[in-house]
Amino acid sequence: MTIQEMKQDILRLLRRNARIPDQEIADRLGLEVAEVAAAIAQLENDRQVLGYSAVIADGATGDDEVSAIIEVEVQPERDGGFDRIAENLSRFPEVRSAYLVSGRYDLRLSVVGKSLQEVAHFVASKLASQPGVRATATHFMLKTYKEAGIQFHEDETYERLKVVP
Amino acid sequence: MNDSKLSRNWVADHIARLPRSGIRDFFELVNTMDDVISLGIGEPDFVTPWHVREATIYALQKGFTSYTSNLGYMPLRRSVCRYVAERFGPGYDPATECLITVGVSEGLDLALRALLNPGDEVVYHEPCYVSYAPSIAMAHAVPVAVVTKEETEFALDPAAVEAAITPKTKVLLLNFPSNPTGAGLTAEDKARLADIAVRHDLLVISDEIYEELTYGERTPSIATLPGMRERTLILNGLSKAHAMTGYRIGYACGPQALVEAMMKIHQYSMLCVSSIAQAAAIEALENGDGPRREMLREYEQRRNVIVKRLNALGLPCLMPRGAFYVFPRIAGTGLSSNDFARRLLEQQKVAVVPGTAFGASGEGYVRCAYATGLEDIEEAMRRIGRFLDSLG
Repeated sequence: MTIQEMKQDILRLLRRNARIPDQEIADRLGLEVAEVAAAIAQLENDRQVLGYSAVIADGATGDDEVSAIIEVEVQPERDGGFDRIAENLSRFPEVRSAYLVSGRYDLRLSVVGKSLQEVAHFVASKLASQPGVRATATHFMLKTYKEAGIQFHEDETYERLKVVP
Repeated sequence: MNDSKLSRNWVADHIARLPRSGIRDFFELVNTMDDVISLGIGEPDFVTPWHVREATIYALQKGFTSYTSNLGYMPLRRSVCRYVAERFGPGYDPATECLITVGVSEGLDLALRALLNPGDEVVYHEPCYVSYAPSIAMAHAVPVAVVTKEETEFALDPAAVEAAITPKTKVLLLNFPSNPTGAGLTAEDKARLADIAVRHDLLVISDEIYEELTYGERTPSIATLPGMRERTLILNGLSKAHAMTGYRIGYACGPQALVEAMMKIHQYSMLCVSSIAQAAAIEALENGDGPRREMLREYEQRRNVIVKRLNALGLPCLMPRGAFYVFPRIAGTGLSSNDFARRLLEQQKVAVVPGTAFGASGEGYVRCAYATGLEDIEEAMRRIGRFLDSLG
């Protein structure tokens, strides 16, 4: 296993479960724990791993109950295209994710807030008013079915036979 | 059968002579117990990937529910031949050299019945999958087992194969990667076995159901070696690598005359394989590479864990080259394979398969499948540790 392959294997495991213990990574990949810890530290240092977060059921935390997908149409700038304005919008803590996308609009943001009004107010006063933003369309999210590769509903499982030679 | 004794001995002699599986009582005991962690299951714990299940539903919606060609649905045969040529085997003509079967089990049965006259001998290796010797016997032929040993990583010694060959030997039956040992064949082993097959004019049945569950270096099928395509039958299927055991899709690729002979039996006994399962198999072969590789990676990592744990517990265990089984040696406990399995089940509710299920040479070993989630594997290892402590 090359160092590059080792790092890729570690990243795949962390993407599936950010809380996986270093020891389990080491056992799975046939490495020493110290090697794993050093590799992860380096991945973090190199900003290959940018952070860790949990996938949480709708409403479980009690705050930021409302989220919305905002499509943003932007006038790109002569220098830097979409980057400056996208980075500016990303600085608002209400913006949970921000992507440049192909298609009939340019940026796809997800925004959270305590209420419909709060999100609507944020979009109107902070996003739509930014220089370079030509139009926005807000889609309030009603229910989550899947996020970060994790299904929110449990599939019924079928019990296998206990012994099959 | 106790309450309904036959009015005379109606059962055919060669079936009556088949040994009753000694471990059936053990299996029945397992099935009566709750909260068992089973390392005894020879099938993936992954559910069939959704895109394959969805394709199955679509086949039903379209009404693809009639008989197919006896050989199998032509688009599936084309997919199979393309897949085999790309992944591990030679090129085969989907029109004449490929037969879709009900799992590898039917493929093996058809091949043995198509090839063997009463008294012909089949050389195979042991420990091996439970059905080999009975299937050979049901074809009125003689099973000749060559024992593989832990000291040589359960590899098949070509010299031992050659020593087992008699003028009556017609078929060499191979299964690598192997159930239950996880052993593989190196390119050199394959070349030597091919040389033996050519020199002794043997037909090779190569059961490659675990080929796509090979970890590390893979070598092409023995059928690709010089002089072998015309004397090799590849048996494979989608059960293991594509997590489709219940679909019962296998295939046989080989020389036209043999496929034709197998097809004769298949058309009279089976007619054709389930049409919707065949439709699903096309989807798996054409678009299933991503999920297959992901499952393979997970098996490999579990293998690393279980091998480390078993060795640390003092149950010596080789690193398997393929399949999803480890075959640790338990002889050091002083227990027989059967007693070990039974007492482990009764005391700690962990199910493993006694090595003797795979032939007498499996005595002193048990088979643990790692087609089970890592949490269960870890808990099973803790319980095995407690069990070993209790033995003192």
